[in-house]
Amino acid sequence: MIDMLLINGFSIQISQMLLVLLFSPLLTGLVRKVKARLLRRQGPPLLQPYRDLIRLARKEAVVAESASWLFRIVPYIVFAATWVAAALIPTFATGLLFSWSADLIVIIALLGSARFFLALAGMDVGTSFGGIGSSREAMIATLAEPALIMIVFTIALVAGSTQLSTVANIMLAGVGLRVSLGMALFALVIVALAENARMPVDNPATHLELTMVHEAMVLEYSGRHLALLELASAIKLLLYCSLIACVFVPWGLAPAGAPLHVHLIGAAVYIGKIGIAGCLLAIFETLIAKMRVFRVPDFLGAALMLGFLGTLLLFVSRSL
Amino acid sequence: MQSMIKAMAGTPPHAHHPWPRRIVDADTWSALAAQLAEGRWTLAGLWGDAGAVHMALLDMSRGESQGELAVASLPCPTGQFPSVARRHPPAHRLERTIADLFGLEPVGAPDDRPWLDHGRWRVGHPLGITTETSGEGAPYAFLTAEGEGLHRIGVGPVHAGIIEPGHFRFTANGETVVRLEERLGYTHKGVESLMAGASLERAARLAGRISGDSTVAYSIAFARAAEAALGIEIPARAHWLRALMAELERIANHVGDIGAACNDAAFALMHAHTAVLRERVLRQSSACFGHRLMMDKVVPGGVAIDLDRAGAEGIRSLMATIRQAFPPLIELFDNTASLQDRTVGAGILSHALAHQYGCGGYVGRASGRAFDTRRDLAYPPYDSLRFDVPLFQEGDVNARLWVRIREVEQSLGLIDQLLEGMPSGDISVAIGHGPETREGIALVEGFRGDILCWLRLDPTGIVERCHLRDPSWFQWPVLEAAIEGNIVADFPLCNKSFNCSYSGHDL
Repeated sequence: MIDMLLINGFSIQISQMLLVLLFSPLLTGLVRKVKARLLRRQGPPLLQPYRDLIRLARKEAVVAESASWLFRIVPYIVFAATWVAAALIPTFATGLLFSWSADLIVIIALLGSARFFLALAGMDVGTSFGGIGSSREAMIATLAEPALIMIVFTIALVAGSTQLSTVANIMLAGVGLRVSLGMALFALVIVALAENARMPVDNPATHLELTMVHEAMVLEYSGRHLALLELASAIKLLLYCSLIACVFVPWGLAPAGAPLHVHLIGAAVYIGKIGIAGCLLAIFETLIAKMRVFRVPDFLGAALMLGFLGTLLLFVSRSL
Repeated sequence: MQSMIKAMAGTPPHAHHPWPRRIVDADTWSALAAQLAEGRWTLAGLWGDAGAVHMALLDMSRGESQGELAVASLPCPTGQFPSVARRHPPAHRLERTIADLFGLEPVGAPDDRPWLDHGRWRVGHPLGITTETSGEGAPYAFLTAEGEGLHRIGVGPVHAGIIEPGHFRFTANGETVVRLEERLGYTHKGVESLMAGASLERAARLAGRISGDSTVAYSIAFARAAEAALGIEIPARAHWLRALMAELERIANHVGDIGAACNDAAFALMHAHTAVLRERVLRQSSACFGHRLMMDKVVPGGVAIDLDRAGAEGIRSLMATIRQAFPPLIELFDNTASLQDRTVGAGILSHALAHQYGCGGYVGRASGRAFDTRRDLAYPPYDSLRFDVPLFQEGDVNARLWVRIREVEQSLGLIDQLLEGMPSGDISVAIGHGPETREGIALVEGFRGDILCWLRLDPTGIVERCHLRDPSWFQWPVLEAAIEGNIVADFPLCNKSFNCSYSGHDL
């Protein structure tokens, strides 16, 4: 009988929110593990990020004397915004409850707000590293966000909607091989690397304070604040992987109103997709060096240009 | 050089070997400083003594492999001496150190701030006329750079990574470095105070601990200075074993550095591979000589441990392993565009500065200063071995790494020759002590560059004064110049390509 039970939008939404929350540290752990293995190291256990979060949550949060109220609330804002954004992306099923009230533009806006507040917090304490991190982050953001908007436009033009559940359904139905979509995928990968402070834009494993971007902004955080920010960045990484999976490889997604076993298959396929994405990321990061800070605009400029071209191409092909 | 020595028309008070030492007056001292500024000599060292200052000058005017060294000493009964730094900037920090340790004042010095002494020793001028201080530390006046939009970034002395402590004060315009000022001295251990009054054996152990990664080179420098002072000839086999250890040390450090520099450009792949190679060298060293870094294996009078047949075989197979593993790594280094993009053109050190400061090692040789003690002031067994001194002109991070790569290849060749031609016989001779006070000096090529050791032994064989000058003394200052105009985020990479010693510099 359970097969016959139709899963409603509400329960899907809740399970999806919990899934991204609980699953995201595992992805971070996987990337670290694969990177370590590629470097012939044993690497930390897959579950290490969970242990780190628990350890941080138990610790006392030390706050700088010069910190304002903003510094204390930013971790919560960043975490909440990122979590909500992640909850809006169909991971294993398309019939999300929130989907109908929020589309891709909202996701970008939520991530943008999170970044804005994090940059403010970086400058709030007044240390030089926080300032450096914030200014570099702002430089990256000014290029990454427009690029992301252009990518969204390209996708929206192809699918006729900015609504991710709809986009996924249309992609599933088949839109054929499109040059514009290829460009959008390439651009989205670049933006995802930059947004998640991954190589070649930022090195998540660095100990060199002068080269940090994301790490420099959160350098002053400790305890539960740091745990929230770490969890937020793990969710963000999962968010981008889910976004790419949802739009470009939507196979396996359970449509709205499907029976339970379809949803279970959808979840298994999703985990497989994310696992592959994590491995690819680790391999890519191992094979390249980090860029000079001032090369980053060129790199992101390429993403912006690809986004533009993708949109433009659609218009041109349509008017012909 | 002969003319210089004639100009220094003072009689030496003690026997000083192998290069001459002369007592000079203040005028000659100043004239020598002027000649340094003109570039006739290179400053090889400047250090204090009880009531005197000494200056080691290197003369390369006779060309390659014809280098000569001489020491000029100026007695300063009034506690003052004419500043060399006034004319020749490389002497700056050395003079500030003399003022810190001995209380001798360089007259006319443009910079009278303390250097090694941060006001936390509770004693002023520990090697001169001591004074009591509060030990609470004194504020330090960093140099200023003013202008619109400039901001300061202080880094260290405690860093996020596991490295030695040093403070770097950047003044930056956005990301561009306008000025970098270093502040060192955090690892001051009082080596020179500990040396005074130490037995030869204890002093040799101290010398081997000044900079752990160069322990063999330091030990050789100290041993050679002691042997020169005492007029001891050590067995040929001891010379060859020393060189073998020194080349193993050089390979381990260079290979490690190449990987570490790539790691600072976030290219961890190189680091992982080179770390394996370095570890192999260290383990083989441990197997052959009983210590991974070969610490205390070079002693005055020879070496402390002989190489057996199995050890030689082990090193041979290690060399084969490196010959097989190293070239693909270099190919990886050279063919990774994203890495080359970071190293090429970053942190350029000019030809002129490298010559002015007499930068030793890969820092000098990457900027066109072809100086290698093993060739230019050759000591056994290098005088009978064939090797090249790699030279690059670009002066950037890439060139400094390439010098290391080429030097590893040269060291591999040297080790082959050393194993092939290793003479048999004793590995050490007994050392006594002279009936009178004796002095010795040595210049030895460590992996960073030339290490100077100057030593005075009293008639009972106790060290009266020993000064060891790390190559970093002439490399740290030019790092400040090399980083200018680069971006802040490139500093770690540039710094790693210099890889100066904190411990060796801070003494």
